[in-house]
Amino acid sequence: MTFSAAYAATYVAPTIDYHALAPEIVLAIGLTVVLLVDLFTTERNKWLLSVLTGFSLLGAVLPVLTLMLHDNSVRSLFDGRYVVDEFSLVMKGLFLLAGYVIVLLSSSHVEEGDYWRGEYWFLLLSSLLGMMMMASARDLVSVFVALEFLSIPAYMLAAWRKRDVKSNEAGVKYFLLGVFASAVMLYGMSLLYGVANSTLLIDIGKSIDLDGSFGAVQALAIVFVVVGFAFKVSAVPFHTWAPDTYEGAPTPVTAFLSVASKAAGFTALVVMVLTAFPEGRDVWQPFIWGLSALTMTVGNVFALRQTNFVRMIAYSSVSQGGFVLMPLAVAGGAAGESALRAVVVYLLVYAATNLGMFAVILAVSRKTRSGEISSLGGLFSYAPAMGVLLTLFLASLAGIPPLGGWIGKFSAFQALLTDATPWAYVLAIIGAVNSVIAFGYYGNIMREVWMRPVPHGDTTPMITPSSIQIALGITAVVTLLFGILPGVVLRFGEMAELLGAFGG
Amino acid sequence: MQMIYDDNWVLSVGTFLPMLGVLVLLITPKANEAAIKLVALITSIATVVVGAFTLFSFNFDKAGSMQFVAEAEWIPLIKSTYFIGVDGISLPLYLLSMVITLLVVIYSLDHVPSPGNPKAFFILMLILQTGMAGTFIAQDLILFFVFFELVLLPMFFMIGVWGGEQRQYASLKFFLYTMFGSALMLVAFLAIFFKTGAESFSIPYLVENGAGIAKNVQVWIFAGMFVGFAVKVPMFPFHTWLPDAHTQAPTQGSVILAAVLLKLGTYGFVRIAIPMLPDAALEWAPWIGGLAVIGIIYGALGCLAQTDMKRLIAFSSVAHMGFVMLGISTLTSFGVNAAVFGMVAHGLITGMLFFIAGSVKERYHTLEINKLGGLLTQAPRLGWILGLCTMASLGLPGLAGFWGEFPAILSAYNPADGLNVTVYRVYMVIAAIGTVLAAGYLLWLYQRTAFGTPKGGDHEEIHDVTTREWLAWVPMLVAIVVFGVVPNLLFSIIDPAVQETLRAFGG
Repeated sequence: MTFSAAYAATYVAPTIDYHALAPEIVLAIGLTVVLLVDLFTTERNKWLLSVLTGFSLLGAVLPVLTLMLHDNSVRSLFDGRYVVDEFSLVMKGLFLLAGYVIVLLSSSHVEEGDYWRGEYWFLLLSSLLGMMMMASARDLVSVFVALEFLSIPAYMLAAWRKRDVKSNEAGVKYFLLGVFASAVMLYGMSLLYGVANSTLLIDIGKSIDLDGSFGAVQALAIVFVVVGFAFKVSAVPFHTWAPDTYEGAPTPVTAFLSVASKAAGFTALVVMVLTAFPEGRDVWQPFIWGLSALTMTVGNVFALRQTNFVRMIAYSSVSQGGFVLMPLAVAGGAAGESALRAVVVYLLVYAATNLGMFAVILAVSRKTRSGEISSLGGLFSYAPAMGVLLTLFLASLAGIPPLGGWIGKFSAFQALLTDATPWAYVLAIIGAVNSVIAFGYYGNIMREVWMRPVPHGDTTPMITPSSIQIALGITAVVTLLFGILPGVVLRFGEMAELLGAFGG
Repeated sequence: MQMIYDDNWVLSVGTFLPMLGVLVLLITPKANEAAIKLVALITSIATVVVGAFTLFSFNFDKAGSMQFVAEAEWIPLIKSTYFIGVDGISLPLYLLSMVITLLVVIYSLDHVPSPGNPKAFFILMLILQTGMAGTFIAQDLILFFVFFELVLLPMFFMIGVWGGEQRQYASLKFFLYTMFGSALMLVAFLAIFFKTGAESFSIPYLVENGAGIAKNVQVWIFAGMFVGFAVKVPMFPFHTWLPDAHTQAPTQGSVILAAVLLKLGTYGFVRIAIPMLPDAALEWAPWIGGLAVIGIIYGALGCLAQTDMKRLIAFSSVAHMGFVMLGISTLTSFGVNAAVFGMVAHGLITGMLFFIAGSVKERYHTLEINKLGGLLTQAPRLGWILGLCTMASLGLPGLAGFWGEFPAILSAYNPADGLNVTVYRVYMVIAAIGTVLAAGYLLWLYQRTAFGTPKGGDHEEIHDVTTREWLAWVPMLVAIVVFGVVPNLLFSIIDPAVQETLRAFGG
């Protein structure tokens, strides 16, 4: 649809497929209810809010399930600007369930921390709604709106501990760099619009054609857009905000940023490169190749040096991002389908594992009141279950079978070898070496947990709130299940022709 | 390769039975140590019973075929299946892993190393057992990889928690070396999968089709597998983790490492790398042979320089695995037969030596060779057992060690077609010199520890072999003698399978 046509036609209200929009609608209702209930409840009854938040997330999962089971056709809304396909549904399911686990992790933290509870839940839901939209957005404007929708509440959540300097620093850093990234991306998008004369991603994809007039403007636009998302997924060298923000933000928010927010960034990146610039692959493939190699290596090397647990996790999650980028570096060629599958599988596994690890950290830090790695000393001796769970999650992140992480790494390698170009092999070798380096710091924590003495000899047992126990149970089961029966998670990667949905 | 599907539940039960024990142990209260030990003992006895059943229902006339084969869907999307089976090469190693675990459990009943916690200790040991047994029966590369990796973490913790003074350094070193190898190995597995048309990860299928890959590609894929397996064996120059890991590990860990874990590497060469990539194997074989003889000499010289008994035994492993790899590198059925026999023999003998070292340490509170002496006067039975094992280790005819070592050297006289005969004969001479050195360091060790008069220490507390120790050791000692006297017991099972494996090299 061109501009002139839109002006000429009289306005006709679009037909809306309410079933397709149901998850978003449920979430929107949920967040409104949370806001209203917060207004009219006394301090004593604020616990209601976390329950409501949890229910609205689970409520939104239901339509996602019915949409998945209903049929396999792609539901395209608003002239193809908002698409509900298998890929978006899988990602929405991931956001909602990750959100639910984060609610479980937050509830005791928020209750005990003298925070503004109502707003916390409201902002969390808003950000999740933005992510849901991101998964379906297929138009420059809706991509951008979704991005801001998910980011702005996240900036505020990062700075949630008002009286803590570090938390303020976290919020401000995240905000400034995030806004800068948005600006860069917006500039790239404006160039895209200038080239394609349309904001629809598929139209842009048609106009960016290597055979035709592919020039510096197109290349610049692609690079700028990729850079914008590289900030979001904290790819090196655009990762500098991550360690400070992760360390300063309240721990459940850190979990949220490093799992859900990151997954949203990857969702958008995948949609952009596969829908808007499939023909520009000679520009973004080498660029993402470089980002991936740098990200996993630099993230790893810095993680090795950390003594603070959360900072180490921050760098580890930077490095994990490099592994997700790895298959994307070949996504434009013959390996497209397996690359997309690898990204989805990796994100699913990573979400379960990383959330599990944050659950352990939250539980342990309630007792130790410290974020230092050394505070985990002797965890196994006084809290064996917690020690074993942490070991499981760390081993999964390191990619050791039979825990979930290995199937993510495996899929990523598989995509690279499907591509079978020399560059892909080189990246696979870099990835293999990096997965070994990563064990250096994961193993270091295991060593702390199993082999070091308990600091100050304080072996009083831990009291873990039931919400965190539930979160631990969910994440541990999922992590093990994905590892022992990888078919379960690979199915999500395969659901229909994920790629077909982008072809339009 | 022929597949026999009879009794196809046997292997799965034998492999996963220890996991059932793990589940029971998880719900057993930590304080009830007697119950924990009982559960571990019953589980490992039951595993050995299933193993014995496997042995008796094994069709020895068809030892070259895969038996007890089972296939089930596992990860259809990447065309990987739960595909298991044993032939004459796998069976001895599979049973070895079960028996060693049982004996180690028996030994641990009254030897749980400091800092205690038998619950965790036995759980790790049983997980290890599943991983080891699974590796030997897996007939699918991905399944193999999963089992191969499954042993890493339990061993890491076993060394790191229950080990000696340098345990944390040693455990991390062990882990990083092995993981580096297996990361490259996984890439190689994927590469061979794609180069054979992305059809299947099944090992028989890849053996059938791997030979069709272009030679220069084969050489690279082999390189990835080589690193993975060579670290595990370990071959010079990837061996440096081994002395540290062995020295620091608790006795049980050392025994399992020496007896079974090292064999995962050599088994990988025999089962996977060589039959799948025959052209590359011919290209690589002289290099492997060269590294093997360097390992033999280097290990022997290393032994001569050691002052610690356990470290000496560890270095002797490097030398012995050198003989195994030399046999494999000839690519002849004679050499590979010797190698597989050598794996079993080394497992029994070196496992036994580590048991003895553990008992010596327990009695004398040191393993410094200088501070030991007069074992024969203080604990004569222990001293004689040590004597038997050192003799077996140096390759005395009539004991098991001989049949791994001597044929391996002999096989280098006549390597497979396409390999340089002169080079291999040089290897043969060097390896022969290695046996002389082996006799040197082992006899010297025995002389310094067992002969002479006891030095210092409180003599009262030195007691001879206990009943539990006898229980754990007698089966191994008997096996060392029996396989030494009647080696054909093993060779007759191994040979048909080796012939089958080396079909690509004309027998």
